[in-house]
Amino acid sequence: MKKNTILFTMITFLLIGIITIGSSFSDNDFAIDQENNPLTAPHFDENESKAAFDKMMTVLEHKRCVNCHPSGAIPRQGEDSHLHNFDVKRGEAGQGLAAYSCNTCHSDQNNDYSGVPGAPHWSLAPEEMAWEGKTRIEIATQMMDSKRNGGRSHEDIMHHLTEHELVLWAWNPGVDAEGNPREKPPVPKDEYIQAVKQWIELGAVIPSE
Amino acid sequence: MKVSFNINGEQKTVEVSDGNSPLLWAIRDGVGLKGTKFGCGKAACGACTIHVDGNAVRSCSFPVRMAEGKEITTIEGLSNDGVLHPVQQAWMDEVVPQCGYCQPGFMMATAAMLDKIPNPTDEDIDNNIINVCRCGTYYRMRKAIHRAAELNTKKNNSESTQ
Ligand code: FES
Ligand code: FES
Repeated sequence: MKKNTILFTMITFLLIGIITIGSSFSDNDFAIDQENNPLTAPHFDENESKAAFDKMMTVLEHKRCVNCHPSGAIPRQGEDSHLHNFDVKRGEAGQGLAAYSCNTCHSDQNNDYSGVPGAPHWSLAPEEMAWEGKTRIEIATQMMDSKRNGGRSHEDIMHHLTEHELVLWAWNPGVDAEGNPREKPPVPKDEYIQAVKQWIELGAVIPSE
Repeated sequence: MKVSFNINGEQKTVEVSDGNSPLLWAIRDGVGLKGTKFGCGKAACGACTIHVDGNAVRSCSFPVRMAEGKEITTIEGLSNDGVLHPVQQAWMDEVVPQCGYCQPGFMMATAAMLDKIPNPTDEDIDNNIINVCRCGTYYRMRKAIHRAAELNTKKNNSESTQ
């Protein structure tokens, strides 16, 4: 008899719990809670998130990335990020001009003969994704803003940052026209990929400073 | 490896030891067409410009493996059955070349531009034709490009009324 009472009480509490949760959160609310309020998530560790963020941003702020995220109409190039030689321009789609496009010189791989770098989809990031001259917090805010990032979700961004051939080219940047190897980002590729995943899994929290 | 392509209307196969070696070498040394020039070898001067599937590319920086199955046009294939291409005619009319070394590249770049921008403004020319001429024939080239655009339009109009 006593056992039955305890069981009944437990089931009642469980049902009340389920009903309460169900009525307070729609599916949407739950998604927003997960994506936008990660600070409330039980597994959130601010230090861990900040460390992953810093590691990721050290890469994204590197010239191998920023040279193709310029703030103006002209790409940057080289270790000193000078304006791209020959008056090369962005063009409407970020792939150069009608008769003088990125692919006039750049192919799907680095070219050790000419020293011209290459990777699939060689092109500039859109103007809304200009990183040049921005702080890491501004870059991250812009990158995660679906209004400016082409409607990408956190997961889309994670895939882009960790799988896209043009992004990963940064660790295989080839040699320049003099045959000198281009500088790679200061974080090894595997560590960077892990940091991106970790930061996004922890809710993609952009630190305040 | 073997790479096969159509060049100026003829099917050719070249044998290369490195698929990443420049298409320019295959054209000059493999096919034996010497009209396309080697200037810098670094995609900087445009002397090696040819068309691959209708687009201007700098063949010193174009891996030969990517030419497989493509349609290639060099300066030798710009005219059609002995009839000069409007760009060639305009170049003669305006007596553009000095030493001539850069000119095939400029003419191929111009022909590619006219396909996409039939009536280029001076700004279009500045933006799209950025090859290098050490003899400084730019002024005559600009005139020739406008003339080629006129001739090209006339040619296209007469073809469409035939
Ligand atoms: S030789 Fe190819 S661009 Fe100069
Ligand atoms: S005509 Fe001599 S380099 Fe152009």
